Amino acid sequence: MTLTFESLTLTVNGASVALPVAPGRRLSEVLREDMGLRGTKVGCDAGDCGACTVLIDGAPVCACLTPVAQAAGREVTTIEGLDMAALQQAFLRHGAAQCGICTPGMLIAAKALLARVAAPTREEVEEALGGVLCRCTGYAKIIEAILDVADPGGPPPAPAAGHAVGARIERLDGGAKVAGTEVYGADHVPSGALLVRAVRAPDAPMGFELGDIAAWCAAQAGEVQVFTAVDVPGENRFGVLPAFADQPVLAETHVRMRGEAVALVAGVPSVIEGLDLAGFPVTWHDRTDTLVHAARADNLLVTGRVARGDLEAGFDAASHLAEGEVSTPYIEHAYIEPEAGVAWLEAGQLVIQACTQAPIMDRDDTARVLGLPPEGVRIIPAAAGGGFGAKLDMTVQPLIGLVTLKTGRAARMVFSRAESMATSTKRHPSKMQARIGADAQGRITAMEFTGEFNTGAYASWGPTVAGRVPVHASGPYLVPAYLAVANARHSFSPISGAFRGFGVPQATILQEGLYDDLAEKTGIDRLAFRRLNALQDGQATVCGQVLQGVGITACLDALQEPWQAALRRAEEANAKGGAMRHGVGVASCWYGCGNTGLANPSTIRLGLTPEGRVSLHQGATDIGQGANTVIPQICADALGLPLAAFDLIGPDTALTPDCGKTSASRQTCVTGKAAWLAGRALRAQILSLSNMGAEARLALTGQMLVVSDGAGERWIDLSALAPGPQGYALMAEETYDPPTTPLDKDGQGAPYAVYGYGAQIAEVAVDSVLGTVKVTRITAAHDLGRVINPLLAEGQVEGGVAQGLGMALMEEYIPGRTENLHDYLIPTSGDMPRIDTIFVEVPDPEGPMGAKGLGEHVLIPTAPAILNAIRHATGARITDLPALPHRVLAAIRKARG
Amino acid sequence: MDPYHRPTTLQEALGLLAGPGLAIAAGCTDLFPATGARGLTGPVLDITAIAALRGIGEEGDHIRLGATTTWADILHADLPPGFDMLKQAAREVGSVQIQTAGTLAGNICNASPAADGVPCLLALGAEVEIAALGATRRVPLGDFITGVRQTSLRPGEMVTAVLIPRAQTGGQSRFLKLGARAYLVISIAMVAARLEIETGHIRSAALAVGACSAVAQRLPRQEAALIGARADATLIERVEAALITPDLSPIDDIRADAIYRADAAVELIRRAVSDLVSREGRAAA
Repeated sequence: MTLTFESLTLTVNGASVALPVAPGRRLSEVLREDMGLRGTKVGCDAGDCGACTVLIDGAPVCACLTPVAQAAGREVTTIEGLDMAALQQAFLRHGAAQCGICTPGMLIAAKALLARVAAPTREEVEEALGGVLCRCTGYAKIIEAILDVADPGGPPPAPAAGHAVGARIERLDGGAKVAGTEVYGADHVPSGALLVRAVRAPDAPMGFELGDIAAWCAAQAGEVQVFTAVDVPGENRFGVLPAFADQPVLAETHVRMRGEAVALVAGVPSVIEGLDLAGFPVTWHDRTDTLVHAARADNLLVTGRVARGDLEAGFDAASHLAEGEVSTPYIEHAYIEPEAGVAWLEAGQLVIQACTQAPIMDRDDTARVLGLPPEGVRIIPAAAGGGFGAKLDMTVQPLIGLVTLKTGRAARMVFSRAESMATSTKRHPSKMQARIGADAQGRITAMEFTGEFNTGAYASWGPTVAGRVPVHASGPYLVPAYLAVANARHSFSPISGAFRGFGVPQATILQEGLYDDLAEKTGIDRLAFRRLNALQDGQATVCGQVLQGVGITACLDALQEPWQAALRRAEEANAKGGAMRHGVGVASCWYGCGNTGLANPSTIRLGLTPEGRVSLHQGATDIGQGANTVIPQICADALGLPLAAFDLIGPDTALTPDCGKTSASRQTCVTGKAAWLAGRALRAQILSLSNMGAEARLALTGQMLVVSDGAGERWIDLSALAPGPQGYALMAEETYDPPTTPLDKDGQGAPYAVYGYGAQIAEVAVDSVLGTVKVTRITAAHDLGRVINPLLAEGQVEGGVAQGLGMALMEEYIPGRTENLHDYLIPTSGDMPRIDTIFVEVPDPEGPMGAKGLGEHVLIPTAPAILNAIRHATGARITDLPALPHRVLAAIRKARG
Repeated sequence: MDPYHRPTTLQEALGLLAGPGLAIAAGCTDLFPATGARGLTGPVLDITAIAALRGIGEEGDHIRLGATTTWADILHADLPPGFDMLKQAAREVGSVQIQTAGTLAGNICNASPAADGVPCLLALGAEVEIAALGATRRVPLGDFITGVRQTSLRPGEMVTAVLIPRAQTGGQSRFLKLGARAYLVISIAMVAARLEIETGHIRSAALAVGACSAVAQRLPRQEAALIGARADATLIERVEAALITPDLSPIDDIRADAIYRADAAVELIRRAVSDLVSREGRAAA
């Protein structure tokens, strides 16, 4: 049988359909683009991530690796045809979906397993999920959900008014994620949308000249439009920090990094998909530049510095000194959703729906690049299939915006995995040195730190990393004399930007390793050593900021029993002898929530509709971390109405006030505080209207708002109140900007209003002959001030631990070499340890209801705890990350002499 | 539009293959990752509709593994313990999704130095059955794969089966794969070991190492050193780097360095052998 472009009959979810498709087309493309079944996700097009897993005759396959001809005449099952409500409910009940991009693949893989084995073991579940990568959850809750599928339990009862905070509530936006109906960047396709692809630089630095584009276009199979830098109507320059904006949307004469875009091609998808962009008329030539940006001498972007106390005297007072160096590589965010989005014109306004963490920043930057006023652009954030910092920077937005503006037509762009990895921002590679002194009693007397951070071709968040590292490199400890300097330096390499922790995870590896040295030299137990030096309420940080609500001691105290138990386990296991050596490590973290010494307000609008519903205009993007659930929980309790009365609106720059960016662990603290203030303000209006006291209870019955106290009740007919300009019977809007002060030249000031704290114990088994490391358990104690939602908070811890484990043991991005998810390794379902989470609540005086941030904190202690455990097990000091088996083995041999 | 052929008979396939320029497609787990395109490009010969090419059966003094037999097929097949290593490898190829689609012939034709199946097939003395229009030939697997991504397949030819001589299927076997994570991982090093034990001594030994040379290698010197030895805990004393590393040519890459690979190969052989004799010991007890 010879097939060309003819009709193939597919049976998908029980329905037969004849499609005119090329037989060699990927099944994933046919399902998504030809049949509109976009619940099947595409993360890599290489079988590396499993997001596109579907069943063919009941067996799981990657739809991206299946030519549609091979599916013809067989039964294809996708998420849209999944008939397992109990499994989907278990995913919600256990918080198994965070960003949700891997969820369809996970559910389908689970279905294949459960069809074979009704009550699988944990090992069977891990193996069945081994082919589907998740970057958010650390897999724990996914595995628990599958093991719990037989439980008929529905969702827990909805909390009563005033009791939302602290409740283990399922995520409010979870239904679409487990149904496969959530709309990510690649999932909204207006009819007739043009497809856009980019012509990208093969290397850098290089200069280029464009050739005869008209002739090239004429030679293609259909109409192709090309856009280059000369077509950019506004300022061809963008960047997350306006003072440092230095990145062209399309390069003009030369490129500073591999993968930089020099031209866009656009047209109907069938033509654009088939273009061979290697033939695009551009001539490349090498350049010998040494400066990445002419105005930045020595390629230095920014130096961050914090100095406090008399360093010399501090080291003179030390009885013990620890010194060391650590280097870390580029680390890729590796969210499963490559960047994607779509733009269109609506009543003269440019609308962009793309994955993002920062809608207002996208709006303002896109408008400037396109020569539009900010209100000329509307950003509707698509669901983000993971972000972790990289989706703070613009990617597709100005590119599709340009094409739509020029053509008047909807335009769509979906990065390939290779394109995503080559062009997205990374965690900064670092080379750090430090020395720390302690007195005879084990108290830290002084610390000096210097770090070089490779910030790549463009500024992005380099200045933020250079600023945050010196503030945090001390760890959550009392350090009376301190000097820390961090340089963000350019290179002709991928851009380093924001990645969960902004440089702090790298610095903590060095600091916590040296603390183990000092504990050893002073003869103090490693946990006790940290406890001895832990920052206390009323003490000053290295920035001179006197803190209250400091939770590090409470975290370390919570680890005391687990620490002793872990040490005993290791000792008992080691007593048996053999190649496997067991070890235990501990590390702490602290992290300031929000911008460093800069304003970062959030505004929340809250309205009671004439129909008796509460509309929460929530502009904080939920990239999986849970803002869509946590912010309403806080707001509901501040207002005193049940969560069930709330409808969530946004985020959408046309509908929601600015809640800033989802970054710096700030949304629960900052937007949460704005939501709390808005809830209190609306409550005050209601109490005033009803002339009731502060303790009155609120309830909604249809359009009637009932306000009652012990003495009586008042009924307010919301439909009878004159609606305000926003259409609400009653409305409140509140802004919160955390009180901070800028840092002076010595880095002294109050950079953050709220800090969060944590400490983790890692237990490892090291194969001392092969150098392989298995992390067997992580015990994580985190001070959240007030736990808003324990279910989601645990998910943050488990996901952060997974990323920390990857950073410690396997992740290393090498430009041009690891631009895929089989050479760039992230943890799979079989790599994760048991994770015991302990939440500590030391209320913060500033945070909403005492709450502190968590999102980045959770990643910071994991890698140093693991590295300290490897050293405890074998004596091996890993100073060049990641701890790949050959490096561990070399370090073991070096330690043995 | 490039033609996409999906014949149902071998004869039809070989007829098409006699023409120029066809890419043979089966599980597509290597073809698709190699292209960013939305579909397979170029003229394609998809051999997965040829029923006769799939499945495991007995054929004279051989066991025949059809070219499009998948890793999942191997996992579910009833095979003697000499094949345990191949099943263990099947379970470690990529993921369940890859095992459903990926084929045995694809694994050897792709000729990756890190192909999980190859060390096991070498230790089973595999031969490759190759067909062209009007001709078939057999080549030992060690001669079939000639280098990194290179085979001795000529224009017009395709692999139709892998044949395992029944005489090489005896004993117990073990596959060990070393990678930097649990699933979906490309090997740093891997070994396959098959030992036949008779009256407490090693009657025959077949050992192979993958990912430590351009083409996976049998270890004839190390095999010879085991034969006749007592099949007990002392056997691993006969495993020596000097008998193994001369047959290897490991490289430095992003996954590991060459020195580590060579050391790891020796250690993995030691562990595989140790595991097999201790299992034999348990069985005897």
